[in-house]
Amino acid sequence: MTAIRNIAAIVEKEWRHYFGSPIAYVALFVWTLLFGIFFYYAFTFFLRQSMMMMQQAEMGGGGPKLSLNEYLIRPVIHNMAVVALFLAPMLTMRLFAEEKRQGTLELLATSPITDWEIVLGKFFAAVSLYALMIVAGLVNLLVLWRYATTPPEWKPVVTGALALLLFGSCFIALGTFVSTLTRNQIVAGILSFCLFLGIWTLGWGDDPSAGPVMKVVAYLGVTTHMEDLVKGVVDLKDVVFYLSFILFGLFLAEQSVESQRWRA
Amino acid sequence: MIEVEGLTKRYGRQTAVDGISFKVQKGEILGFLGPNGAGKTTTMRILTCFLPPTSGTARVAGYDVFDDPLQVKKRVGYLPETPPLYPDMEVETFLDFVAKIKGVVARDRKGKIGDAIEKCRIGDVRGKLIGKLSKGYRQRVGIAQAILHNPDVLILDEPTSGLDPKQIIETRELIKGLGGDHTIILSTHILPEVSMTCGRVVIINNGRVVAEDTPDNLTHRLKGAGALRLEVRAAAGPVFDLIRTIPGVLNIRQRDAGGDATAYEIEAEAGKDIRAELARAVVQKGFDLVGLSQVGMSLEEIFLHLTTTDAAAENPAPAANAATPEVHP
Repeated sequence: MTAIRNIAAIVEKEWRHYFGSPIAYVALFVWTLLFGIFFYYAFTFFLRQSMMMMQQAEMGGGGPKLSLNEYLIRPVIHNMAVVALFLAPMLTMRLFAEEKRQGTLELLATSPITDWEIVLGKFFAAVSLYALMIVAGLVNLLVLWRYATTPPEWKPVVTGALALLLFGSCFIALGTFVSTLTRNQIVAGILSFCLFLGIWTLGWGDDPSAGPVMKVVAYLGVTTHMEDLVKGVVDLKDVVFYLSFILFGLFLAEQSVESQRWRA
Repeated sequence: MIEVEGLTKRYGRQTAVDGISFKVQKGEILGFLGPNGAGKTTTMRILTCFLPPTSGTARVAGYDVFDDPLQVKKRVGYLPETPPLYPDMEVETFLDFVAKIKGVVARDRKGKIGDAIEKCRIGDVRGKLIGKLSKGYRQRVGIAQAILHNPDVLILDEPTSGLDPKQIIETRELIKGLGGDHTIILSTHILPEVSMTCGRVVIINNGRVVAEDTPDNLTHRLKGAGALRLEVRAAAGPVFDLIRTIPGVLNIRQRDAGGDATAYEIEAEAGKDIRAELARAVVQKGFDLVGLSQVGMSLEEIFLHLTTTDAAAENPAPAANAATPEVHP
């Protein structure tokens, strides 16, 4: 019970920092703007494609209709994963670096809360802001339910959002760890970004003809586990992969916070 | 309330704190005195569970800092050298956050924040951003943060550093007022502060305790090693030469006496009373002896004595017969 109270206190404090500075507004603005742009282009592309299909259908008679989920929503979610790659460092870089620079880590460390509570509080603060961003972006899709003759299925949209959330949370967990390593938030930001990019490229090894080594490498790439989720298939092994990745990142962060006191 | 025994902290090869021991009774204000880099901050960080000790034990309110850090943290308020403040938060929101992580229950929170604000007199800035406050106010918010959860023990690392004289006096009054309810350790290198606020002083140098006593006793017991003030109406040169011939004289300084006399401050070896010899010598030479008196060492001098000249620090004991202070070589 006290653990939850302590974590909530940290989350609240981090939200004050996010919204007391431009960070939250910039992140929300960039995310929703890019979501809108990607949605608009995917939408026009989708319209062109369905016109063509309709013409073909008139000539050949009775063709399948294009699925909104497959040809409109899915590409947008994949594009937003790239945006998450860029925005995640912004959410995590100051989490510990700034506390160290200001000397406020001394306040947290001498208060009756554990290192785990500090790390989890900061992680959940960043994840909840990120979740808010996702929801704000999804508002765009409401248009489809309002105007489309056959509205999209909602289930793949929900699992797609979940995929984005899990995928971004991996970066946030890792970024939280990177932030504990330095007292300069710019360094933390750049370092996290490079690390995320490196992990991202691991996913490129995913190739049907790949050998066993590349298969393992691809397995570790966080993108490969998004595919099924975005299609609307919740596979336990993907969810477990993401959750263990997140736990690993948080574990590193906690160990780093604790060990720095021993070495300090 | 606080028991420190054989506490040692090493950073790699460097030893910051080297086997120090001391005790602080409930309600006492202990001054922690030492030059920069003596190990004051390290000791305080160990007592607040920020750093683990390399060896030795420290107990606060009966709990070991290593075995029961959460229990210790609940009972300790800590003001680090730079007050730990978030510049982008308002004073009241900040104190609310601190109250939460210090485990103050929801129904007491408002009252305790109000008390801290009142005690530290920061009521007129309660809604302001911390980043916009002056140094003095920031320091006071720092103290408010430390006393917020009404801890048994307060540990203040140089609470008056960087303040203007008026703020220093106010802060001292505040700390004095907090003594009694709280057991306080405060570190400083401003010596008058110690004699004004603290009931007892621990002087540390190079990570070791060099002396531990009340400020009065420290001043008193070192009088023997303190200076003599001699006023002579004569040319300075020959008098200097004369004084130098007297056995036991360590150091002579010329001071302005006013009028046509010249004053000398003479430091003698510890425990050696050279007054009679001095007077005789001056008179025999035919100089006019105008005055001879003993000057007590100020805390500053004691401090320099103890922290710079090891020989003097190791052996001032014979001078202090009645007070019998503890001296750790």
